[in-house]
Amino acid sequence: MLTKRIIPCLDIKDGRTVKGVNFVDLRDAGDPVELAAIYAKEGADELVFLDISATEEKRKTLAELVYHVAETINIPFTVGGGISSVEDVDILLKNGADKVSINSSAVKRPELINELVAKFGSQCIVVAIDAKQVNGSWKVHLVGGKVPTEIDLFDWAKEVEERGAGEILFTSMDHDGTKNGFANDALAKLSDLVNIPVIASGGAGSVSHFTDTFKNGKADAALAASVFHFKEIEINDLKNELKEEGIPVRI
Amino acid sequence: MKIVIIDYGAGNIQSIKFAIKRLGFEAVLSHDVMEIQNADKVIFPGVGEASSAMAKLRASGLDKIIPQLKQPVLGICLGMQLMCKSSEEGNTLGLGIFDLDVVKFPKTVKVPQIGWNQITGIKTDLFKGIPDKSYIYLVHSFYAPLDVETIATSDYGLIYSAALQKDNFFGVQFHPEKSSDVGSEILKNFLTVI
Repeated sequence: MLTKRIIPCLDIKDGRTVKGVNFVDLRDAGDPVELAAIYAKEGADELVFLDISATEEKRKTLAELVYHVAETINIPFTVGGGISSVEDVDILLKNGADKVSINSSAVKRPELINELVAKFGSQCIVVAIDAKQVNGSWKVHLVGGKVPTEIDLFDWAKEVEERGAGEILFTSMDHDGTKNGFANDALAKLSDLVNIPVIASGGAGSVSHFTDTFKNGKADAALAASVFHFKEIEINDLKNELKEEGIPVRI
Repeated sequence: MKIVIIDYGAGNIQSIKFAIKRLGFEAVLSHDVMEIQNADKVIFPGVGEASSAMAKLRASGLDKIIPQLKQPVLGICLGMQLMCKSSEEGNTLGLGIFDLDVVKFPKTVKVPQIGWNQITGIKTDLFKGIPDKSYIYLVHSFYAPLDVETIATSDYGLIYSAALQKDNFFGVQFHPEKSSDVGSEILKNFLTVI
């Protein structure tokens, strides 16, 4: 049986992890390769690296990082953040990324999804969608949730699927950072609407939140950052508890 | 030992190269016929779309060379699918090594299948030391049905071939290079036991 995936997310700036990490066994808390290796060993099913650098050197630094991650870890990983062209994706995949995640660039120019799928295949194109509720309806937001659009989350998700994306990474801006649980109502609706995997993101604070998003949110995978970085939840413990709840996980 | 990864411009091969390096071996990427024919082990990778990958193989003449190889050959993911008779993806003929038609998953499951699933019914030394129901990582929309050549199965709405073998040809639908320690062990078996 296909298992539900647990995905730690690492924010990267200029080749280093940012936001705090609280791993006592790390020699260098800022080294993404070292952190990735620890997560892989602890049972993470996949990793996401989200690059938030804005420097001109960004592309080169990110490609080097991807190369070193691929060299070191033996689980799949996705790279996102500021990817806007076929050339960007080509460099990252050639350096060993398994998947890339695109977000604002796809909203600005939806044909980008078709172009990437035609060249690299659906399996490696993840479309990340940031959305929040405005007057009761879910609206897509850009630039890390800062810029609102009039685009409806569900319309956009359907379009993304039709254009060939292999997966959707949905972050609820209303839930992100709250540690109050994932946006399970919207997730369940999304999961029923599209026939590609949906990754839940935003709101993880406890083990029961993961159980809820798999059971009620119908998510195929769940992504979180700080609860893992600060060791509030250990991946092993999380997976054992999910298993006890009858959720298929890889242990 | 000379390990060659067939380079025909279809997909990400860096990860396979790294996985082999972590096992203490070196692999070279090559599209040179002589170099491929003279290798001890050949890895036939592939991600992306079947008909365009076949077009690339035909353009380089590798479609004729690969089925005649005598040393152990391991097709991975799309590589395995292309070793079959045909694929529904882009309605293309394959290399015809395995007598199977690759078809798309039904709409009753999410397509592509992405993630970790279990293999069972494992046979041959490719899986030496691997426990039944081990988890492996897969990303695919099309699958090879069951046949006499099936040496591992997996279940995604239906039971399909997770691995195939005929003579010196092996194929795995999953990505051993991304399947954690289980995957490394399977790759190691291909390089050292087969």
